[in-house]
Amino acid sequence: MPNVGLFIPCYVDQLYPQVGIATLRILRRLGLNVEFPREQTCCGQPMANSGSDAAARPLAERFLEIFGKYDDVVAPSGSCVSMVRNHYDHWLHGKPRFEHLRGHTFELCEYLTDVAKVVNVDGEFPFKVGLQMSCHGLRELRLGRSSELMVAPFNKVRQLLTQLRGIEIVELSRPDECCGFGGTFAVAEEAVSCLMGLDRIQDHARAGAEVIAGFDMSCLMHLDGLIRRTNQPQRVMHVAEILEKAKLS
Amino acid sequence: MTGHPENAALFVANEERAHWHDQSLWFVRAKRDRQASGIPEWEALRAAASAIKTHTLSRLADYLEEFERNAIANGIQVHWARDGVEHNAIVHQILASHGVTRLVKSKSMLTEECHLNPYLEAQGIEVTDTDLGERIVQLRKEPPSHIVMPAIHLKRQEIGDLFHIELGTDKGASDPKYLTEAARGNLRSKFLGAQAGLTGVNFAVAETGGIVVCTNEGNADMGASLPRLHIACMGIEKLIPRAADLSVFLRLLARSGTGQPITAYTSHFNGPLRGGEMHVVIVDNGRSRILGQPTFRRSLSCIRCGACMNTCPVYRRSGGYSYGYTVPGPIGSILAPQRDPKKYASLPFASSLCGSCTDVCPVKIDLHHQLLAFRKVLVDLKAVPLQKRLSMAVMGFVLSHPLLYRTGGSLMRAIVPRLPRGLAYGRWNPWGIQRELPPMPKQSFRDLIQKEPS
Repeated sequence: MPNVGLFIPCYVDQLYPQVGIATLRILRRLGLNVEFPREQTCCGQPMANSGSDAAARPLAERFLEIFGKYDDVVAPSGSCVSMVRNHYDHWLHGKPRFEHLRGHTFELCEYLTDVAKVVNVDGEFPFKVGLQMSCHGLRELRLGRSSELMVAPFNKVRQLLTQLRGIEIVELSRPDECCGFGGTFAVAEEAVSCLMGLDRIQDHARAGAEVIAGFDMSCLMHLDGLIRRTNQPQRVMHVAEILEKAKLS
Repeated sequence: MTGHPENAALFVANEERAHWHDQSLWFVRAKRDRQASGIPEWEALRAAASAIKTHTLSRLADYLEEFERNAIANGIQVHWARDGVEHNAIVHQILASHGVTRLVKSKSMLTEECHLNPYLEAQGIEVTDTDLGERIVQLRKEPPSHIVMPAIHLKRQEIGDLFHIELGTDKGASDPKYLTEAARGNLRSKFLGAQAGLTGVNFAVAETGGIVVCTNEGNADMGASLPRLHIACMGIEKLIPRAADLSVFLRLLARSGTGQPITAYTSHFNGPLRGGEMHVVIVDNGRSRILGQPTFRRSLSCIRCGACMNTCPVYRRSGGYSYGYTVPGPIGSILAPQRDPKKYASLPFASSLCGSCTDVCPVKIDLHHQLLAFRKVLVDLKAVPLQKRLSMAVMGFVLSHPLLYRTGGSLMRAIVPRLPRGLAYGRWNPWGIQRELPPMPKQSFRDLIQKEPS
């Protein structure tokens, strides 16, 4: 069994620990040797996305030191995984174990479908669910086909969730428009960010979603903040929380 | 100059209008999706277009010279302009030597970039933009708010009010057909009275020495064939090597930009009219500097279809003017700071980096990666506010030290829930203007995992 390094993004560690626990339990129940290296902090994305390479680079180097030794690295976040896979190269190119790390760092859903080869999801979730296909997972990791591309449709998240008994995945009028989080964008462009988020929630609401499900808690944190302020009935959930009790094989 | 966030906040403040603008452009994006999905080889076309442009840019000087040789052989007079000032002077010199006082124009964002209209008007030349959208914004004394649909920010009632004042249409009339007829009637006299026509260029073909202009209204054809003098202005990046390459680009351009299979007119100008003159002005204006930067080079592949604007969730909700540059949206946010990094420093940050622009772009420009790369350039140039740079440095330091990170996290989770609401949601906290703060759990993941059976 491969040794899996569990990569829990900083904001999940601090704000959404239950998402980390759900991820850990899912991976352990698959029989994997999962380890959480406690010296991990952050992948560096907030600084890198603000253009502060000097602040981000040491975190990329730390990440390689900490996670380079595992067979696979798995995280409940598309955005942070994309940081490692797509944005570390210019700092870590040529460093020992970097090519391995880059090729073996996975977002949870794609790890389940592509590496662990999960085909059966035996569980229950009797709710109407709207999928929030967060942009970096969608367009940088290709967890699904983005609506712009004219290729055969696929969606690794839907593929897992759709098997749950009682679940109804509702169809959005804009299947993959950005929620407006965007890291520091959420604060720097507060007005546009919030309008984008409210429009997304409206689209989920019109489709009848009771639960807005996603694979990036950061986007869901933004949507949840708007939902609670405007007293709307939807709730946000990470895919890991939905799959936590299901039997995967 | 105010930055994008401030301009965008003003636009968003009128939520009804912001939604109307968003939906108008999303409608065009949806049309694009329908058209593109009808072409089984769509992704292969994008790959081919990208490869042709990359190749052309890799030997641009050769192709420019080949184009010049063939254009001259066709009887076209070719001019080279280093920047906007030279471009305007060349155009003026051509017009002045023919005694032109009335010029009709069609399809040129380049002349917007060079601010040609005010320059010529100051020299006593009447310039009439003839494409309906351009004509509308010209009458309003505004720049275009979109490169393909310059008046997309206006409702037809507003155009009715404008035409009532400027063209004498009935007060309150807003029927698009009626208004278009009025503009057409007014423009007809401008065409007949013009002594020269100026057009833009969509594609310049090196092997033929001819240019191609894609339009829907046919004004470029009128402007280039009624008067005996035709001036075509192009950036150096408009080159394609062969006429056959048009078969790739013409299938992508209108489908991507407006969701049409092809523009109503695809006009090939391969030489002057009999007894007339044709001039091509080839403009650099900063483009060769972009060509010299590997990270940003691919932005020169842009064929100005406007698809990245139509798909951009930020552009749709902030409007073209919020960018404060001739070319707005994702591509404009890369091109503008190339021109003046300090002035346009907020533009690369006017994106959630969602990547929809990259996936929609018919020539596969890695737009959102370029926006990200430009942020780094701006930080290195210290064009980003000190407060932001400092906060990132502090954050990076804390996150590099696990003890500091853990302590900071615990303190945040302990303190924030105890703050009085007025303080937690005070002026310091832009997150909280419209959003609740996330829950602050008592324990972090690294606390909880210790209770998990291993």
